[in-house]
Amino acid sequence: MGGGGDFGYSAAMTIIFVPKQLELSLLGGALIGAAAGGLLLVNGRIAGISGILSAATARGTQGWQWAFLAGMLAAGASAALVGGHVPVGLDGESLPLLAGAGLLAGLGTRLSGGCTSGHGVCGLARLSPRSLVAVLTFMLAAGVTVFIERHGL
Amino acid sequence: MRALLTAFGFGLLFGAGLVVSGMTDPNRVKAFLDVSGVWNPALALVMGGAVGVALPAFAYAKRRQHALLHDKINLPTRTSIDARLLGGAAVFGVGWGLSGICPGPGIVMAGAGALGAAVFVLTSALGARLADWLFKAG
Repeated sequence: MGGGGDFGYSAAMTIIFVPKQLELSLLGGALIGAAAGGLLLVNGRIAGISGILSAATARGTQGWQWAFLAGMLAAGASAALVGGHVPVGLDGESLPLLAGAGLLAGLGTRLSGGCTSGHGVCGLARLSPRSLVAVLTFMLAAGVTVFIERHGL
Repeated sequence: MRALLTAFGFGLLFGAGLVVSGMTDPNRVKAFLDVSGVWNPALALVMGGAVGVALPAFAYAKRRQHALLHDKINLPTRTSIDARLLGGAAVFGVGWGLSGICPGPGIVMAGAGALGAAVFVLTSALGARLADWLFKAG
């Protein structure tokens, strides 16, 4: 967790560990890391999703970005078909809120040059100080946003 | 053609990792981001596992000239830590916190048929263009 002083909130804070979630998070993370490493060594490309999405929808796009995005879409479709792993948690969010959040995410990642995958996974894996600063910044901003939304100012 | 197939395969693997890890559940993402209530730290292991596996691959890539199917390994060259980086990351963080979605999981969820996630992905593509228009992206 990036934000400083997270553990200082002990008065109100409870930490829960859900069995199996820890293992699955680690396994899923390993798959993500393998995909990022593979894309770099085989295709010579960075698996930064905001960058890939931005490039795929810009002029002069190259095919590999669309192929990668198609793979990600196929992963979601397969999960929904096979395991009924249809994502939950979106019910409470209105479409205008999600549109606003998407706009901010696209604007912010374009300016800072990466998101959770580009600065997070890839940037940290290549030990980039710039990416570490970006990760700490967006984690802190996201944490503060959720805090204000749930608990007010 | 081979490069397109491998790109598809790595996208599939990346997406599978996001599903398995729980990153495609915005409720869990928000529970992870909300450290003041009942905090579920499991998602910290996603980044840990991903970086742990990617680290040796990136270290190896730095010493190589060519990728297997591409003449060049495209590693980012920017190192600047400036207002644009900090401001952009902060704006992204607000969007992530509001929705519990970041671009990768958004695309996977859209593939699973979640309309809200598709709206998020399309507007974030729009947001990138807006940034170009406002700030003459470089």
